[in-house]
Amino acid sequence: MRRVALSVNGTRHELDVEPRDLLVYVLRERLGLTGTTVGCDTSSCGSCTVLVNGESVKSCTMLGVQADGLELTTIEGLARNGELHPVQQAFHEHHALQCGYCTPGMVLAAVSLIEAGEATDEDAIREGLEGNLCRCTGYHNIVQAVSAAAGVS
Amino acid sequence: MAVVEETGTYIGAPVKRKEDVSLLRGRGTYVDGLTLPGMLWMAVVRSPYAHARIESIDLTAARAAEGVVAAYSGADLADDWVGGLPCAWPVTEDIKMPPHYPLASEETRYQGDPVAVVIAESRALAKDAAELVDVTYAPLPATADVEKALADGAPLVHEDLGTNECYVWKLETDDVQAAIDAADVVVTRRYMQPRLIPNAIEPRGVLAQVDPTGEVTVWSATQTPHIQRFALQLVLGIPESKIRVIAPDVGGGFGSKIQVYGEAPLAVAVARRLGRPVKWIEERAENYLGTIHGRDVVHELTFAATKDGDITAVKSEAWCAMGAYLELVTPGIPLLGAWIYSGPYDIPNYSVTFTGVFTHTTPTDAYRGAGRPEATYVLERTMDALAAELGIDRVELRRRNFVKEFPHTMASGLTIDSGDYHASLDKLLELLDLDSIRAEQESRRSSGDVKQLGVGFSTYNEMCGLAPSRILGAIRYAVGGWESATIRFQPLGSVQVVIGTSPHGQSHETTFAQIVADQLGIGVDTIDVIHGDTASSQLGLDTYGSRSLAVGGIALHHAGEKIIEKARAIVAHQLEVSEDDLEFSGGAFSVKGSPDRSLTIQEAAFAAHTAHNLPDGMEPGLEQTAVFDPPNFSWPGGAHAAVVEVDTETGDTRLVRYVAVDDVGQPVNPMIVEGQVHGGVTQGIAAALYEEGDYDDDANLLTTTMTTYLVPSAAELPSYETALTETRADNPLGVKGVGETGTIASAPAVINAVVDALSHLGVTDIQMPATPERVWTAIQEATS
Ligand code: FES
Ligand code: FES
Repeated sequence: MRRVALSVNGTRHELDVEPRDLLVYVLRERLGLTGTTVGCDTSSCGSCTVLVNGESVKSCTMLGVQADGLELTTIEGLARNGELHPVQQAFHEHHALQCGYCTPGMVLAAVSLIEAGEATDEDAIREGLEGNLCRCTGYHNIVQAVSAAAGVS
Repeated sequence: MAVVEETGTYIGAPVKRKEDVSLLRGRGTYVDGLTLPGMLWMAVVRSPYAHARIESIDLTAARAAEGVVAAYSGADLADDWVGGLPCAWPVTEDIKMPPHYPLASEETRYQGDPVAVVIAESRALAKDAAELVDVTYAPLPATADVEKALADGAPLVHEDLGTNECYVWKLETDDVQAAIDAADVVVTRRYMQPRLIPNAIEPRGVLAQVDPTGEVTVWSATQTPHIQRFALQLVLGIPESKIRVIAPDVGGGFGSKIQVYGEAPLAVAVARRLGRPVKWIEERAENYLGTIHGRDVVHELTFAATKDGDITAVKSEAWCAMGAYLELVTPGIPLLGAWIYSGPYDIPNYSVTFTGVFTHTTPTDAYRGAGRPEATYVLERTMDALAAELGIDRVELRRRNFVKEFPHTMASGLTIDSGDYHASLDKLLELLDLDSIRAEQESRRSSGDVKQLGVGFSTYNEMCGLAPSRILGAIRYAVGGWESATIRFQPLGSVQVVIGTSPHGQSHETTFAQIVADQLGIGVDTIDVIHGDTASSQLGLDTYGSRSLAVGGIALHHAGEKIIEKARAIVAHQLEVSEDDLEFSGGAFSVKGSPDRSLTIQEAAFAAHTAHNLPDGMEPGLEQTAVFDPPNFSWPGGAHAAVVEVDTETGDTRLVRYVAVDDVGQPVNPMIVEGQVHGGVTQGIAAALYEEGDYDDDANLLTTTMTTYLVPSAAELPSYETALTETRADNPLGVKGVGETGTIASAPAVINAVVDALSHLGVTDIQMPATPERVWTAIQEATS
């Protein structure tokens, strides 16, 4: 066991984790933040995407111990004072989710893409979300939602 | 757009989804997020061989490992089963139905066949210990290929059956061969449709709890909680009345979460033995092996036609992989397409034959469209082949053969209630601007551009809204096709709607609320839709085959009629008028001619609960249930087109446009309908260009990760152009269903486009998926 201190959605946690525990399971099973989902075992699907110091990271590609000292945002921490984040709101307006399983990762990947200034047009958005798979929506409405949130047409 | 009730404001409106509120905040309740006190984890040990005799299973090391509570082989659990995993569709009287238990104990028959389970205190410890299970296998010869499996001397999947042929099923009109013999033109084509792996992003999962009185609760990532419940009785002998199955939020299914997989009864059996809750969550690698696959069919399709292009006969023979065992509806999947090998065309002579074939592979079963994509693919590919043969324009050939009048009874025997295939095609052509695509294609052809352009069409219909129970009985399906719905007014006027179908992304909570809101004249926000729990919804047959709206929606409409009828009686009694003097509109009953004398339906509900002043003999409360058994299937149809760009040097194909025009009847929520079209179309495009479950010669699955099985991302796809044309189905809401249309229509449109792009080079066929290698090879072969 190793002691790590990390901040998740603005709350500081100190906990002992097994060196081999993946960050996604630390979030889900130790901190109860089950909004971050798991869809694969090859770092392919992106459903586990969270923000680490503001940048999107697949939390199945990081160990819990590597998160020591870092600031994380998960889907549970994105809405402020009960108000959905503009990307969440855009997903709602544009029907960019069906089963919702990929949605937390997709939303956080989109937030990071927009904040990095990389959501400049449809092609850039499609390229930027390449690491996040959705089996339900065919991406059409996701691209619409991200374009709207990014203010590009 | 037609609105069903005069009071209607919701049906036909793009109401934003109720489901999003939780899902967008990460507050979904998928099985893997559920935890119970004392919960244990189960890991499944699977055969690495496609076919092997199990010589021994040694669990000693696993049982001694850290955190392990128990480990069981198939022999250890043999007495836990009163029956095998059920197959509900023995399609012929003499079908071969091999036994199938949750754990194989003597022989494994596909790579991934479960042989043992390990139960431990955590996910990781269960997994670690599973690695310590020592199984000695004697590998046996295997085959993954339907044609090889039928050859003499092929390794048998089930030795005691003496053959790999599972069944032969036929549907034929009298004079097919005569029509073929008499035809001006006969075109026969052969097609291989590969295995598709459904890849719901949420893997499967089960959490089972058995309390000391024997009450069982199972949380399952399933499309079919009611079917799971009765299957658990069949396998475990526990009466259904003691079993509660809950489908919480489910992260996609596409048919792959219909089946009754071994892990559910295993989790219950183990939880019962250990007296603690047990959870199993599938890993993606397990999903590729252990969750059903779709398609894997070889077809030979023949059209007979006059020289003017009237198609006089269609004849299909197909060899369909069952895999190693029969899952819930494995043998019946081809049959779901059996009646539509004439598609939207009027073809008088008809013959369809299916041969089900066992292979040493993961069982096949329903994958989005189930049987109908298979039929539509071979039909629409052959339409293009026939057009080329006759020298008739592909679009005109389709138009010429369209069914023109409805209702139309097809040669296959079923009756299409409504449609207008011309309208969809007209709309498609209007959106497509075919002339400019043709002009661009011509200029690229004449300049010898490396990147050639192609356009492909698919006009289709499909049968969904599964299904009339009598027909299901006649084709030997073991259960009915009805659906149920309950509307329950609470005393203060809020409404619960309990439905028997259980969603996994289809937006039931919103769509069903819209139907009730319009019919009863109340706001969608006062309505809560309850589903997916056999304790709250006792009657249901669950979600598959685009049935929720076309069957469940009609049940709900009928429940609403009963509500109105009872409320009307209450109001008439209280206002001392006859029921005929009341009109119901905008959620209120008012006396004809004196509109100020009125009561709202919510006031009637309150009166029904106080019971102070009800008609003599009336039961208190305002709750009504209706069960609807559809008299016919429903018949969506439409016209799709794909435009592709093919790099003739690399074989790389890029979809540049996709246009879908569908007639799904009355859309309840066009935003949701469009979303279903997008998702469906994408799965067909993926089949046409990217996805293929591939086995090697020893029946080892080669595509076991998302890096080898290419589920497309946003980067591979364009945005889509969609439109609806509308003919009302012959049901009170006019609805047809939309869950599968896109997948059914899209694969042939894309392949037809790829072939069109290369037709001037002499390419006439490309096998799905049109990978760069296949396309490049086809170009080389055609031009060398
Ligand atoms: S779980 Fe699939 S990328 Fe992390
Ligand atoms: S909404 Fe279901 S996987 Fe994306």
